[in-house]
Amino acid sequence: MNVVVCVKQIPDPAAPQSLDPATRTLVREGKLILDDSDAYGVEMGLQLAEQAGGGEVTLVSMAPNGETSGLRTALAMGAAKAILVSDDALKGSDALATAKVLAKAVARAEPDLVIAATESTDGYTGTMPVQLAELLGMPSVTFAKKVAVTDGTVRVERQTEAGYDEVESPLPAVVTVTAGVVEPRYPSFKGIMAAKSKPVDQVTVADLGIDAGQVGLAGAGQEVLDVAAAEERTKGDVVVDEGDGYEHVVRFLEKLKIV
Amino acid sequence: MSIDKVWVLAETSDASPISTTLELLTEARALGSTVEAVTWGPDTAAVAVELGNHGATTVHDVGDLGGSLPGAPVAAAIAALVESGNRPDVILVPATYDGRDIAARLSVRLDVPVITNVVGLSLEGDEVRSQHGLFGGTQVATARFTGQRPWIFVVRAKSFAAEPSGGPAPTVVPAPVPELGAVNAARVLARHAEERTGPKLDEADVVVSGGRGLGGAEHYALIEELAKLLHGAAGASRAIVDAGWVPYSHQVGQTGKTVKPTVYIACGISGATQHLVGMKGSKNIVAINKDQDAPIFSVADLGIVGDVHKVLPKLIEALKARG
Repeated sequence: MNVVVCVKQIPDPAAPQSLDPATRTLVREGKLILDDSDAYGVEMGLQLAEQAGGGEVTLVSMAPNGETSGLRTALAMGAAKAILVSDDALKGSDALATAKVLAKAVARAEPDLVIAATESTDGYTGTMPVQLAELLGMPSVTFAKKVAVTDGTVRVERQTEAGYDEVESPLPAVVTVTAGVVEPRYPSFKGIMAAKSKPVDQVTVADLGIDAGQVGLAGAGQEVLDVAAAEERTKGDVVVDEGDGYEHVVRFLEKLKIV
Repeated sequence: MSIDKVWVLAETSDASPISTTLELLTEARALGSTVEAVTWGPDTAAVAVELGNHGATTVHDVGDLGGSLPGAPVAAAIAALVESGNRPDVILVPATYDGRDIAARLSVRLDVPVITNVVGLSLEGDEVRSQHGLFGGTQVATARFTGQRPWIFVVRAKSFAAEPSGGPAPTVVPAPVPELGAVNAARVLARHAEERTGPKLDEADVVVSGGRGLGGAEHYALIEELAKLLHGAAGASRAIVDAGWVPYSHQVGQTGKTVKPTVYIACGISGATQHLVGMKGSKNIVAINKDQDAPIFSVADLGIVGDVHKVLPKLIEALKARG
């Protein structure tokens, strides 16, 4: 079974983030890392391919500057190869344009199953995977907390407001996984070494037959007009617990007539 | 071209509109001159009255979906309406599991982008502008569409207060689902409801949440006990959901639920931006954390620098003693 996992390389979320003052889009300069949310999808893909007894995991990613360090992390986990769409024209692409680009790249890998995170950590639009499914003409099951594949069918436990639904879909299909769906493996030393020589097929939007005017800032049908400081909450009293900390909480709740 | 027609994607649960549906109908009245709803499910007749009571004059009824997931059929039904010339200026979609699926598929069918994570909307002349929390809610971005309508906004829960308009029962018109191929092939085999005692997390007056500081899954019982004593709901940070201590349905934050209770009690939660986004709108915030430099204290009305394992048992005991 061939699995495509869509992964995003993002600025380290632990580092301070900033916006480009001209375009008011996220600054994505410097080193990018594999989005933590995507490690679950990569692990899921690897496990499903292993259980199917054949096939491989192909990563598909998009980055404006040819960045591969995040991809190497996923390759070190065990993915076989990667397709990276990298083009200056992609800078500032919205989710729909991203889905259009990735759909062309994903189709090249002829997957039985496409896995993505429910949303990225940096942009968290949360619509790209299902836009991708619609473009590929595939069914989609989002918010999977358990995934199993048997005989060309994917079985998913899908998170709902009330609990979860058991959902079944024929393949090929797009499945988005929640964090915690599986425990991502740490890349081994051997894996890290092997990742260095695994193929990363770098393509441009022109290679995919996409008009550069349809993507990036030029093709975005939305813009950020303004960014301003939000109304700050004022910091309240802070007390150090000397065994009586709970009394402060009780008094606070009393004042609000909660107790 | 002013804003005339606003459609609200009216998601329902147990034969009633979910609260975000009513919030969006209320806001739709402020944005446009005509408010209509699109709904689906087995009980649309019963739901329509409540939608009318919040301002919908017409309800487009996609009908019972059987075992289909809503994403593909509802999006296709809406796209068919739009293609037949019934073109809304704005479509407001609740940021739910199904709402996001529908918005995403509709976006492709109509070839228009979507704007998600909306927490506020405003009318500027002929434009609708959306507000978004950035960087843990410390900054607010204002965005707009630059292309053709309909403009699809996916709005987070509790962005607006729902108010009935007292409107009459709306006209209900069928919105048939066109023939769909593979995209509609997923089937729901069974639905499971997790047992829940007490109020819903996003509707509770008091929310008690736990984080990594609890030290282990077994200590989450403290959170549940305190929540129960306060007739509240138990929440969690993403960290302990990812770690598998509690189910995702407890998660408060950017990727989880948005809560705005009267009191939010954060126990052993450091206050990552991911978490703050989901609870910063609470009326009152209490934080209990060992680390006095934890960012959670910067938004807390009352901060207790201390070990949750020491503070919580005493707090629970004191509340129990009051009966």
